[in-house]
Amino acid sequence: MYDVAIIGCGITGAACAYYLSRYNLKIAILEKHNDVCCETTRANSAIIHAGYDPEPGTLCAKYNARGNELAKEICEKLSVAYKQIGSLVVAFSEEEMKTIGVLLERGKANGVPGVRIVEQAELREMEPFISEEALGALYAPTAAIVNPWEYGLAMAETAVRNSAELFLNTEVQGITNENGAWKIKTNGAEIEAKYVINAAGVWADDITALVAEPDYKINPSAGEYYLLDKSEGTRAKHVIFQCPNENGKGVLVSPTVHGNLIVGPNAIPSDKDDTSTKTASLDFVREKAVKSVPSINFRENIRNFTGVRANSSTGDFAIGFSAENFLDLAGIKSPGLSAAPAIAEAAVEMLGEKGLALEEKADFIDKREHIRFKELDGETQNRLIGEQSAYGRVVCRCETITEGEILNALASPIPPVSLDGIKRRAGTGMGRCQGGFCGPKILDIMANYKKYAYEDILQDDTGSYILTGETKSRRDA
Amino acid sequence: MIDLICITCPRGCHLKVDEENGYAVSGNACPRGEVYGYNEVTNPKRVVTSTVRTSSREYPRCPVKTNGAIPKEKMFEAMALLDGITLETPIEEGEVVIENLFETGIDFVTCKAIN
Amino acid sequence: MTYELIVVGGGPAGLAAALAAREKGLTKILIIERDRELGGILNQCIHNGFGLHYFKEELTGPEYAGRFIKMLGGTGIEVMCDTMVLQVTRDKQVHCINPERGYQILEAKSIVLAMGCRERTRGAISIPGTRPAGVLTAGAAQRYVNIEGHMVGKRVVILGSGDIGLIMARRMTLEGAKVLACVEVMPYSGGLQRNIVQCLEDFDIPLYLSHTIIDIRGKNRVEGVTIAKVGPDRKPIKGSEIDFDCDTVLLSVGLIPENELTRNAGIELDPKTNGVAVWENMETSTPGVFASGNVVHVHDLVDYVTGESKLAGVAAAEYVKQGERSRKNAITVKEGKDVGFIVPLYIHREAMDAEIFFRVRRIFDKSVITVKDGDKVLAQLKRAHMAPGEMERVKLSRRLLDAVEGNEITVYAEEVDE
Repeated sequence: MYDVAIIGCGITGAACAYYLSRYNLKIAILEKHNDVCCETTRANSAIIHAGYDPEPGTLCAKYNARGNELAKEICEKLSVAYKQIGSLVVAFSEEEMKTIGVLLERGKANGVPGVRIVEQAELREMEPFISEEALGALYAPTAAIVNPWEYGLAMAETAVRNSAELFLNTEVQGITNENGAWKIKTNGAEIEAKYVINAAGVWADDITALVAEPDYKINPSAGEYYLLDKSEGTRAKHVIFQCPNENGKGVLVSPTVHGNLIVGPNAIPSDKDDTSTKTASLDFVREKAVKSVPSINFRENIRNFTGVRANSSTGDFAIGFSAENFLDLAGIKSPGLSAAPAIAEAAVEMLGEKGLALEEKADFIDKREHIRFKELDGETQNRLIGEQSAYGRVVCRCETITEGEILNALASPIPPVSLDGIKRRAGTGMGRCQGGFCGPKILDIMANYKKYAYEDILQDDTGSYILTGETKSRRDA
Repeated sequence: MIDLICITCPRGCHLKVDEENGYAVSGNACPRGEVYGYNEVTNPKRVVTSTVRTSSREYPRCPVKTNGAIPKEKMFEAMALLDGITLETPIEEGEVVIENLFETGIDFVTCKAIN
Repeated sequence: MTYELIVVGGGPAGLAAALAAREKGLTKILIIERDRELGGILNQCIHNGFGLHYFKEELTGPEYAGRFIKMLGGTGIEVMCDTMVLQVTRDKQVHCINPERGYQILEAKSIVLAMGCRERTRGAISIPGTRPAGVLTAGAAQRYVNIEGHMVGKRVVILGSGDIGLIMARRMTLEGAKVLACVEVMPYSGGLQRNIVQCLEDFDIPLYLSHTIIDIRGKNRVEGVTIAKVGPDRKPIKGSEIDFDCDTVLLSVGLIPENELTRNAGIELDPKTNGVAVWENMETSTPGVFASGNVVHVHDLVDYVTGESKLAGVAAAEYVKQGERSRKNAITVKEGKDVGFIVPLYIHREAMDAEIFFRVRRIFDKSVITVKDGDKVLAQLKRAHMAPGEMERVKLSRRLLDAVEGNEITVYAEEVDE
């Protein structure tokens, strides 16, 4: 019998697991994919918003600013790539100047530090490539960029390191309540828990429906992105937003923590699991983006991707108990990534109020080491190579990632089972050749490390096999 | 009149082969093109390049080629003959892997040395 | 220890440059290669067609590389494999790393950059659809099939009819896969005609010209693609869609010189091609640093890679022995309409001769190549046929270079009327 079962290990579930694991509790995290943070968490704008955007009084507003504060600390403790570069909401008309004035007031009301309006001259200095049509911007110095899947993964790994149990490939099929305990039937283990946290992302309303009539509905919204080569990485120095409209925050242009340029997203209703990119969306994103930064060279695009966001019909986060000791953390769309730790903090409090015993662990490990070889100085690099020669072999040429780091990923608390799993941990295959060079080498390393059959090694999720067999095998007649 | 592209060298001359005139070939820039044109219409042949298994863990495949052109219709059969072979290292370049394919006098030979 | 020459890359370009420098009298030469063996991309090019010009024999890729690797014997040229160069500086330091020796900073009197090129990926052309496993570049597939011995799929659609795509169409078929189509966005193939015959026609693989892939489907693994005809604006034409039920998509959509090291060193690149900007002796903007092979411009024939790499090696040796050459009064080479990928960009005024390489931007029938100094015609050459897929060469003799009065010459390609 677990104290808490968390359904879904995206950023919200991971954050809850992280916060709960500091207490003496038996925690089960149920994740239907073969790895954590596989859905919205890995396909978004990667921004820790400052917090001026949500309407004061909403849960979004409440948790955004607090989440922004917590992010810096967590990323440092858990070695997550994070850069506080600040954001600019750019106005292209007098009308829009008024809009950013409103956002300024909102920011102040939401307790966002340092927000101010910058006029054209200062804006040009801050952003040399900004459009000539830009009149001014709302500057928020506390906005940051982060590696979103690393953020979730780091929190999940830390929870596991602190005895939380992660059940991958475990899809919830039914939930019943017996004698005051929740019985969760899955395609694998049957999990019993006193308290349940529903952090199932776009599927949250389906999970709620297993126990009660949901008082919210998830309206999935797809957003598509361009990720451009590092040669375009200096096209923007801050996160450059456009004025928000009814569809959301508009198309942004931003550097990433890896030095790339990210451009997007749009927002169109979609199926929950439709992460395909569509020409119309990609064209829309390009068209809108050049309004802010006309000189973006889209020929340097290295990847397109789509994230599906869990918009709640209520227009805010849908956080509350839909049944006894069953807490929904639903509708976590922008500023979901930013708010996650604050939501988790609050969730712990809410469960505590419902009787969950919160006895702090004396030996809570609140740290995560992560070696990024290319960022180390020469002396440290040579010391590491002396200890383990695998650090001396660069496998991913584009991103300068060594075999040592790949082996670290394979030995981590939530070991990867796919090339993309290694990508998300070690950073391989993210560069301009998109794994063309390192792919065969990493496949080899995985096969040798795990004694996998080559045909069983996956690109990403279950079913994404890469190879179909060996050449020169006896063929059937 | 049959139109062909000569594949003997990257030049790719446009050949014309007159099947009503003893398969006379025109359009070739060199004598090899004449041979190719004639063969292609009467008895097409191809050089086959492929790989074989090796006993080496580091270099699991060794490139091989036929050291001449074999009948085109025997290509897949020739490939299949390679399936059952594993070369033991060390392997020399030019080693014969399969001798005298289909009585043509042409062998599969290795293209690389592997230690 | 300071090397006289460090060569970055042990493929055909690096090998030829090192050997040429050795022949010219340099003795302290080092080749650094990131793979576990020398040979570069030729190791996976197991097909034939190499060496017809240089050796007057038709060789496979590994055999061609093998010739140069054998020539290293007895030369004293040092080789470090399994070693990645992380940085090259303009004052000729080479930072590299390998498991045995760790991170090293090596000094050189001269450097030849020979890093080759890489493939354009799906992202570069933004193919819409899902992102399942089974979409890979033709070169990556070639590595799996030929070097590692793995098959990458059973039912294949190939995008791009350049030579790599065509070669892989044959290779996959011979290894038991079904290649359903080769799809090419241009109205003509980018590869050699001989490859159309021996890779597509031999196996009845249809070639769809003026088509492109507009959708890739599949949840975790490719399940199918849709192709469509494109108009002159390269946009898909509604109603022309064809679906294929396949599990693999191979992309052969272009090669890009691999110049990360060059860019980081602050050495000049040609922004039009992303290749290194070089002089006729293959020298870069930094005296004493040279470049050759696909890192300068992507070649069709490795024989020409060898040729220009020998120039680079010789020039490196001359630099070490005789010092920097004067760049005064240099001649800049410009491209006329429909001409691109010109190499070199600069010619030393006292150069003994200069070989200019370029590609035309469209198909030309009966045409003439003209090299002009302002209005003055320096050279004129007739051509029966020119295509973007076939690199053109024009040699400028000392006599012709002497006749250049201005500081700029331009290469033109024009069709002639019958």
